[in-house]
Amino acid sequence: MPKPLLGVLLGLILGALDGLTALFYGPEAKAMIQDILIFSSLKGMLAGLIIGFVARKASLRTVLIVGALVGFALAFAVAAMPGKNGEHYWLEIIVPGTLVGFILGYATHRYGKAAARVA
Amino acid sequence: MTEPRPLAPNQLAQLQAIIDEPELPPERYALLGRLGRGGMGSVFLVRDLLLEREVALKLLSLPETEGELDARLAREARVLASLEHPGIVPVHDLGRLPDGRLYYTMKRVEGRTLAEHCRAEGLSLRARVGLLLKLCDALAFAHTRGVLHRDLKPANVMVGSFGELLVMDWGLAALAPPAPGGGSGAEAAGEGAGAGAAVAAAAAGSGALGTPGYMAPEQAVGGPVDARADIYAVGGILADLLGEAPPRPLAAIRDRARAADPAGRYPDARALAADLAAWLDDAPVAAYRERVWERLGRTLRRHRFVILLLLAFVIVRLAMLFWLRH
Repeated sequence: MPKPLLGVLLGLILGALDGLTALFYGPEAKAMIQDILIFSSLKGMLAGLIIGFVARKASLRTVLIVGALVGFALAFAVAAMPGKNGEHYWLEIIVPGTLVGFILGYATHRYGKAAARVA
Repeated sequence: MTEPRPLAPNQLAQLQAIIDEPELPPERYALLGRLGRGGMGSVFLVRDLLLEREVALKLLSLPETEGELDARLAREARVLASLEHPGIVPVHDLGRLPDGRLYYTMKRVEGRTLAEHCRAEGLSLRARVGLLLKLCDALAFAHTRGVLHRDLKPANVMVGSFGELLVMDWGLAALAPPAPGGGSGAEAAGEGAGAGAAVAAAAAGSGALGTPGYMAPEQAVGGPVDARADIYAVGGILADLLGEAPPRPLAAIRDRARAADPAGRYPDARALAADLAAWLDDAPVAAYRERVWERLGRTLRRHRFVILLLLAFVIVRLAMLFWLRH
């Protein structure tokens, strides 16, 4: 399986799981669970796609750094959006988001089919 | 007149050494010393004066122009010359001394035998298996060229000073003629025993040549042999390197390589190498039927970093949940 596709699939799974954990954050999060799940999954897929493309030819160290940065950036963009009560959930979104990016970086580097090298 | 006294063994050995010493072409080679002596000849260290390097020179003990030993040495040199592979000692020259003895020169290998190297370096099991992979690679190459070694043993596998592995002493090698139409020998032989199958035709009835302990049973009785005879020998080398109580998958690989029935062995060196490489990669080994928990353990080991990362993710999430609630 090509690395970008693997990244998208893994990003979808991890993003969805990440979003589902919001169920444990109280009734206001439960009320928004549909939006959380959709955004989290899309965020994961987008992160996976970008990281997967990078993983095609980059070294492990590069992919891990890029993965963490992409995860952080996307999580930051989501966390910047206030909740219904005007609160921001910086830590709850950015820390797991960065970790998901890191995991996607490792997984897409380790697994999946690399790009063919032109001699 | 007094009876002549028989020579003492050491006197005989000294005389033999003097007789053995070759009279080399002075414009080409300079004798430096003796490296070893075998059944049919000796190996000397000489200096190639043209190329200004030290090489090993192998020649018969006694002149035997156009005799069987002469033909065997010539064949050995030609077999080596046909096998250009980093794991097979290269031959440089073939010639005849003024006294009629045939010689050939080859790369001088500065190193130790495989067993000595493993012992001296205290190599781990993985490192030893890695060396075996190099041996299998060289052997697979020879087999695809229709050549069997037929005398593989730890003493004939050297490890050089840079860790390079070289297969030596192809004196008992069998060379099969190429199949008509450029196909592999195996196709011509019509047998399903792997790349070296056609060599069975060349090696048939060749007598029990080889080294006990590493010689395949079919070789020991002087029957026809193919690539699987060399696989048997590699299995013997593997057994030496693994020692007592190796991991089960490696023991299974060893046992399969050393199966008494050739049909039960790996068909060729590539198949053996594939299983060794699988063990190194923590992948399933064809020779070994895993139990469920062994498979689970192997999967966990192989993907441990991803599993740890996912666990870390779960722990971070739970920790944050706990922290927020309190």
